[in-house]
Amino acid sequence: MVAATTPVLDPAAVAGAGRGTLLRLATAGSVDDGKSTLVGRLLHDTKSVLSDQLAAVERVSRDRGLTAADLALLTDGLRAEREQGITIDVAYRYFATANRSFVLADCPGHVQYTRNTVTGSSTADVVVLLVDARKGVLEQTRRHLAVTALLRVPHVVVAVNKIDLVDFSQEVYDRVESEVQAVARELGVVDAIAIPVSALDGDNVAERSTRTPWYAGPSLLELLEALPPSDDPANESFRLPVQLVIRPQGAARDPQFRDYRGYAGQVASGVVRVGDEVVALPSGRRTTVTGIDLGEASLEEAFAPQSVTLRLADEIDISRGDVIAAATDAPEPTQDIKAVVCWLGDAPLRPGQRLLLKHGSRTVQTAVRTLDGALDLDDLHAVPAESLSLNDIGLVTLRLASPVPVENYSTSRRGGSFLLIDAHDGRTVAAGMVGATLPTAADAPSQPEGDEEWEI
Amino acid sequence: MTTTVTNTPSAEARTDRRLSQLDALEAEAILVIREMAGELERPALLFSGGKDSVVMLHLATKAFWPAPIPFPVLHVDTGHNFPEVLAYRDETVERLGLRLVVASVQDYIDDGRLRERADGTRNPLQTMPLLDAINDNRFDGVFGGGRRDEEKARAKERIVSLRDEFGQWDPKNQRPELWNLFNPRHRPGEHVRVFPISNWTEVDIWRYIEREDIPLAPLYYAHEREVFRRDGMWLAVGPYSQPRDDEPVERRLVRYRTVGDMSCTGAVESPARTNADIVLEVAASTLTERGATRADDRISEAAMEDRKKEGYF
Repeated sequence: MVAATTPVLDPAAVAGAGRGTLLRLATAGSVDDGKSTLVGRLLHDTKSVLSDQLAAVERVSRDRGLTAADLALLTDGLRAEREQGITIDVAYRYFATANRSFVLADCPGHVQYTRNTVTGSSTADVVVLLVDARKGVLEQTRRHLAVTALLRVPHVVVAVNKIDLVDFSQEVYDRVESEVQAVARELGVVDAIAIPVSALDGDNVAERSTRTPWYAGPSLLELLEALPPSDDPANESFRLPVQLVIRPQGAARDPQFRDYRGYAGQVASGVVRVGDEVVALPSGRRTTVTGIDLGEASLEEAFAPQSVTLRLADEIDISRGDVIAAATDAPEPTQDIKAVVCWLGDAPLRPGQRLLLKHGSRTVQTAVRTLDGALDLDDLHAVPAESLSLNDIGLVTLRLASPVPVENYSTSRRGGSFLLIDAHDGRTVAAGMVGATLPTAADAPSQPEGDEEWEI
Repeated sequence: MTTTVTNTPSAEARTDRRLSQLDALEAEAILVIREMAGELERPALLFSGGKDSVVMLHLATKAFWPAPIPFPVLHVDTGHNFPEVLAYRDETVERLGLRLVVASVQDYIDDGRLRERADGTRNPLQTMPLLDAINDNRFDGVFGGGRRDEEKARAKERIVSLRDEFGQWDPKNQRPELWNLFNPRHRPGEHVRVFPISNWTEVDIWRYIEREDIPLAPLYYAHEREVFRRDGMWLAVGPYSQPRDDEPVERRLVRYRTVGDMSCTGAVESPARTNADIVLEVAASTLTERGATRADDRISEAAMEDRKKEGYF
């Protein structure tokens, strides 16, 4: 149980934070698998819980007749969540170790809140998927793994939780682990790393446990600290969706900038240097980068995900919504796309529907031409479908009102992602991934049971 | 065209082209500010003169440089603000050439639309003037300096967060927020609140203030002040906060970690006179900034959630 000591932040770690790298992680897994408890444990054991926060949790836990502090209360921040003892929406928490800072999105487990889990996972560098050692893979485990696979979250860690409740049994752990890995592989997640943990007691969370002598791997925190950060932008092609054209004219506070013209945006991928040849999309006009500004500072190069302003050699027509890309390797704007969507709307998606599509900084009208299938979460392959309901995952063909330089999501998370928006009320109704596919029946293993993957 | 040329965005950038945490947070905030400036018709930025809103203004200045910030700033003045902070607010607005819109709680109390609370705190009274100012000016988006690490209801908030026609937040039915694609679209009468520094912690704010050398109101730094002890906090002696007979006044070296109403914002004893001192002090603190300094947030488990649902910042 939770030690009664008052933890304090490690000042060296916190003061050092800011220099280290930032890792974004999200939790996933079925309801009651212990996500919020694991998060609370991680915060507690990294000394990220301040004494007034812990005192509040201890007070509420005592009022409820609990003998130890319920660490899940640290993140279940809404009244309704505390009343029901569940997580409804993502809670963001922050902790740091000596060389890394973490943004942690604690996501809900209930099916009805899957869209919040998609929210928490879409920006994650790593998803920690919890599985109850007593229950193994449940429908939400499959759904969250499917979402994680589709979103192409770079790292997946499977925390086989409540290992204390199965007497730290290696046999149970091995069985659950291979069950999860089999589902993960079917969904295309090949490098999931599993860890036996007890979120409640802290086994293998920050410290390695002496109660799992058969497990030789790292603790969860050790693993999170060691995961390689995001890919080097130098290996990607340069893209910058133009958010604004900066033209101060007479409004410039310094008259030397009256004639300034710059294209402001975040480098979505790659590296750009002064002197590089670039192309504006969708117009296809080419020019050269003459300057890169970040506030008053002038840079020689910029890389993802810096927010900068580019100055260009020629006054070509570029406006908000256009993409500036490396001239040598630019995507082809298109009006026809195939994509996998996670449907997040309350009303169903049907073929023929008209919506708005937001890609980068551009929003265009779109029509759903065809619905080409939906993911069956039991069989994990695509089946024919008439419509998509809330939290369904489906394959669609879209026609866009004007060409957009989309890319394949498998090569660029930023260039291949889009939102579908209900034009009437402005709601975001889908997360879309260009060029993604769903496993078909032919891909699925013919005999899941008895397959050698299930051997221990 | 510009004067300074550096090879790296800051001293902290790495040669392997990975942004430091602070640079990553700055890039994310500027992305959000620019995107909302592009999407919204009439945004405004909440500016109280407090450190978080000062950082917001600094980020907005960078986002649009060398053009001026293309929207006004809005201050909900409780009438109980520290005079130093109001002076700082006005200097900053002047320095940056901004348009300031002030919504005054005092006006509402004077003409009877609001009544003073029994406990004297005016923090919850800010909601009505704020919502009226949003309506009257037809603001469709309001930037705020709220941070998720401040409070557990704030930890649940989206970066771009919808408010209904009554200004209410519906925490159980928030819009999905995917990748870096922010969607502020809404129906007429609704508006969005935008929190570009959602992912910053208190120590990130101070490290950034130190790095960027951002001027702040003087009461954030150690100074001697007449204070008295109430509810475990040091309150300043002033027109809106008078000691009771059993609360002796002392002169102490203090500073403020947060800046709100004089009546309910406590000072902390501190010798920290520089930003660097404060970074270390904050890092070593065992209390959250609100727990240490805000009487109003100690009232209940859900004080902030309840205020936010009604349209508070």
